[in-house]
Amino acid sequence: MSATRVEQLAREVAVRREPRKRWTRFILPSYSALFMLYLSFPILVIVLFSFNDSDVGFGTAPRVKTTWFGFTTAWYGRVFEIPDLTEALQHSLLIALTSSLAAAGLGALIGLALARYRYRGKASTDFVVFLGISSPEVVLGAALALYFVTLGVARGLTTLFVSHVMFSIPFVAVTVRARAAGLDRSLEDAAMDLGAGPLVTFFKVTLPLIFPGILAGWLLAFALSMDDFVISNFVQGPATMFPTWVYGATKVGIPPHVFVFATFIFLGGLTLAGIYALTRLRATKASV
Amino acid sequence: MAAYGLLAPGGLWVIALFIVPMVAMISISLQTGDAIGGYTLTWRFANYSEALSKNWTFVVRSLRNGAIVTAVALVLAYPIAYWIAFYGGRFKNVFLFILLLPFFVSFVIRTVSWNLILSDNGLVLGTLKDIGLLPDEYRVLGSTLAVVAGITYNLLPFTILPLYVSLERIDRRLVEAAKDLYSNRTEAFRKVVFPLSLPGVFAAMLLTSIPAVGDYVNAEVLGGPGTAMIGNIIQQEFLTARDYPEAATLAFILMAILLVGAILYARLLGTEEVTT
Repeated sequence: MSATRVEQLAREVAVRREPRKRWTRFILPSYSALFMLYLSFPILVIVLFSFNDSDVGFGTAPRVKTTWFGFTTAWYGRVFEIPDLTEALQHSLLIALTSSLAAAGLGALIGLALARYRYRGKASTDFVVFLGISSPEVVLGAALALYFVTLGVARGLTTLFVSHVMFSIPFVAVTVRARAAGLDRSLEDAAMDLGAGPLVTFFKVTLPLIFPGILAGWLLAFALSMDDFVISNFVQGPATMFPTWVYGATKVGIPPHVFVFATFIFLGGLTLAGIYALTRLRATKASV
Repeated sequence: MAAYGLLAPGGLWVIALFIVPMVAMISISLQTGDAIGGYTLTWRFANYSEALSKNWTFVVRSLRNGAIVTAVALVLAYPIAYWIAFYGGRFKNVFLFILLLPFFVSFVIRTVSWNLILSDNGLVLGTLKDIGLLPDEYRVLGSTLAVVAGITYNLLPFTILPLYVSLERIDRRLVEAAKDLYSNRTEAFRKVVFPLSLPGVFAAMLLTSIPAVGDYVNAEVLGGPGTAMIGNIIQQEFLTARDYPEAATLAFILMAILLVGAILYARLLGTEEVTT
């Protein structure tokens, strides 16, 4: 049978298998496109309204308005105008950076232990990791806050830091475990055979191999920390974070500056994700 | 031994700031006293029955909202997860990335944005009222509809991802085989694709329902006087009323309902199906 005959047969079979009317094949793609638009819509609104010329209150502090008044870039120039808001954003960035680094380190070790070793108590480690990920945030927040109150620990940046590290650890652990579970152990055996000690093997072989998992876990922890509202709201005390400040402001009206910062955070997130994607791409190319 | 060395630093952190606080919360839930004089442990189990009867409406409302959100999110998410997994081709990752875009803006701000979009004379309702499709006094904010819609929106990425992962893993040859055995598209989907995607459906249900039941930001920002959920009450009891035993009791009840639900669910289906 010639190649063209096979192709022709295949085409006939394909035609027989596609009895759908023409218009129905557009349902799923159109739905998906609409869906993506729906998920992005609030972000488009945030970016758009960060340019809204809504400074129409007479003598009152500017607020985000629900209608469009005209285009302005004024809020971008005035973005640091509200000291409390700026400070809240600084707190968020500080806690996100420090807590994600700590959680990446501590969580990676747990992930490695779960992927690599059989030990007594492994099932309970698994269960605690599952609990940490699946507990409702409001329960975690309330438990931590009650704990700090009972211990007489003043709530503030320190309690925010320790709490953020805690809720990020399980997420890093599962991310790193997924990566480490797929590794070929013979690479480490080879390093040992060639005379490397356990420490050298770890730093020269194991760590570089699981590094993409740690990086992904770190980014996840950073994003979780920046996004967190519920737990922060319980444990922050007098310190405020960006989301908790915004939440507090919803009662009186949000200043447009919030949308400018949100736009910046969004762009920052895109940049980080882009860099991550690029490094992964380079890594996959290098390994081929 | 090496395993314990790796576990120790993070494990101690989690024990000190997760296990111990949870146990402490149980002990606080059995205390009596008042905000000024302080609270003492009296092993008063009646705290639970009192808290439940006092907040029964909120518990029921949270569970109901959680159930609606989970059902709606599954129905909305399945088609797009299916489309990306089966027809996404080279652009799969791009589509997934677009679906994750909302995560790059804090979820409080996304909710505030919905408040703006759905406000009485805002982008959507204002326009519909101007062209006469809706009566002037119609509003969405403050209603259960707004709260449920807000929670659904915020959790949809958590519904889509597990569905996508399980659909993407399905061996395409099985679908081919079904068609070779004279299944039409609908039958192939009903008898092959859907059953194979069930682990994803179960994971998506867990990942959506737990945060949905515990949510209180949507009820606060998009809801009104009649939409408060159990999370709102826990927050209020702790931060405003400073009734620590009641906050602890309610938090433990919420945790227990969700945990027992999740474990029964996992048992029913076999843990394998839920965790992988």
